[in-house]
Amino acid sequence: MRPVAEPATRLVDHFEAGLDAPICLTWELTYACNLACVHCLSSSGRRDPRELSTAECKAVVDELQRMQVFYVNIGGGEPTVRKDFWELVAYATAHDVGVKFSTNGSRITPERAAWLAAGDYVDVQISLDGATAEVNDAIRGPGSHATAIRAMECLADAGFTGFKVSVVMTRHNVSQLDAFKSIADRYGAQLRITRLRPSGRGADVWEELHPTQAQQRELHRWLLAHGEDVLTGDSFFHLAAYGQSLPGLNLCGAGRVVCLIDPVGDVYACPFAIHDAFLAGNVREPAGFAGVWRDSELFQELRSPQTGGACTACSHYDSCRGGCMAAKFFTGLPLDGPDPECVLGHGEQLLSGRDAVAVIPRSSVDHSRRRLPDRACDEDPLADFWSAHGELR
Amino acid sequence: MFDLEQPWTLDARVALRPEPFGALAYHFGTRRLSFLKSRKLLTVVEGLGEHPSGRHACLAAGVTDAELPSYERALATLADSGMITARAQP
Repeated sequence: MRPVAEPATRLVDHFEAGLDAPICLTWELTYACNLACVHCLSSSGRRDPRELSTAECKAVVDELQRMQVFYVNIGGGEPTVRKDFWELVAYATAHDVGVKFSTNGSRITPERAAWLAAGDYVDVQISLDGATAEVNDAIRGPGSHATAIRAMECLADAGFTGFKVSVVMTRHNVSQLDAFKSIADRYGAQLRITRLRPSGRGADVWEELHPTQAQQRELHRWLLAHGEDVLTGDSFFHLAAYGQSLPGLNLCGAGRVVCLIDPVGDVYACPFAIHDAFLAGNVREPAGFAGVWRDSELFQELRSPQTGGACTACSHYDSCRGGCMAAKFFTGLPLDGPDPECVLGHGEQLLSGRDAVAVIPRSSVDHSRRRLPDRACDEDPLADFWSAHGELR
Repeated sequence: MFDLEQPWTLDARVALRPEPFGALAYHFGTRRLSFLKSRKLLTVVEGLGEHPSGRHACLAAGVTDAELPSYERALATLADSGMITARAQP
């Protein structure tokens, strides 16, 4: 994103006060998933019987078109397991709502890749959390590295250039940054790396998987060196406290310029905040999504001036803005204090000083499959899914 | 090199959304988002296709001589990212 012409007011002030419609929006279409990634933000696995119908999804698209939301980031769950997924993609793009969807690649066939390559308005994001099968499959499940690579081959063979390879940074893959870049380059794709959040099942593995301070510094240097070639979804703005901001808005957009619509139509402040504390409303309400976006009390509050709390005295507060709200919330830290991964170590200090019996909030929304695929066996990770969830075929 | 004396037009794949600070511009082909940081710049960009040159579009939108250099830079940035494209001479 590049600013154009001199502003009367700082652009960031406009964004902090919220816009009449989101700039972009994450829409999770289903909680069903054929994988069971250990860090899943939405604790996905099983479909929820209350998920929005095809007609309800199309009504949401109509609203987004009226609000001029340029594009949606569709995810899940694995969105492509919805029977109406490709129909919904086609409907959105025909109504001026561009689509970028995240997938583990299991449904990207040569035919589908050709269909995707034929249009301008659809972008694809393949999730990969290790440059090697060993590192990736420990997070995403056996066979998932091979599945993702096969999908990339299909897209590249179909002439679909510039799709995204999306990586969540963990302690085990920061050292693979160059290797990820090579993979993206090999398939004519663009690398996108994002931050591991302690949300959903991520709460269970965050302590052991989030990058160390030394790795955060390495990551910051690497990102600065690659500039706008590598996308980050603005997710590392807490690293700005090292002294140099990364490209992007560098602010928390929750409820101000972004939000999440979940599979049952619940609207949350951001994709990393599936919890009652960040629930603004539901698209099934009479005023629809637009009503929730404009009038929800929660969003009004997020758009009002925020206090830096314990961070106000820190000379870096202006650059990191206190970091990520969801990361603080799901590690039990106060929302007006430092990010748990504060590069100055203020978050770590708070974490280690946390009461042993501190109540760490947990989402009540959990669609994890009760019987997870057996990681020890060599079975195709899809096998279990298809037998248990044949109706989604 | 951006030429303000040339005719320009908004790329057909770009959508504009007016905002209190100016406008958001989104290019569906490159999937890039840009910010137009004033309403006047929005008027300039919307009018490009109807004027014989970038300069004419600026003047028609009320851009003053003093403001013209910064609007020229803004248009050059938009041209670099493909948001606006050169139009054939009428």
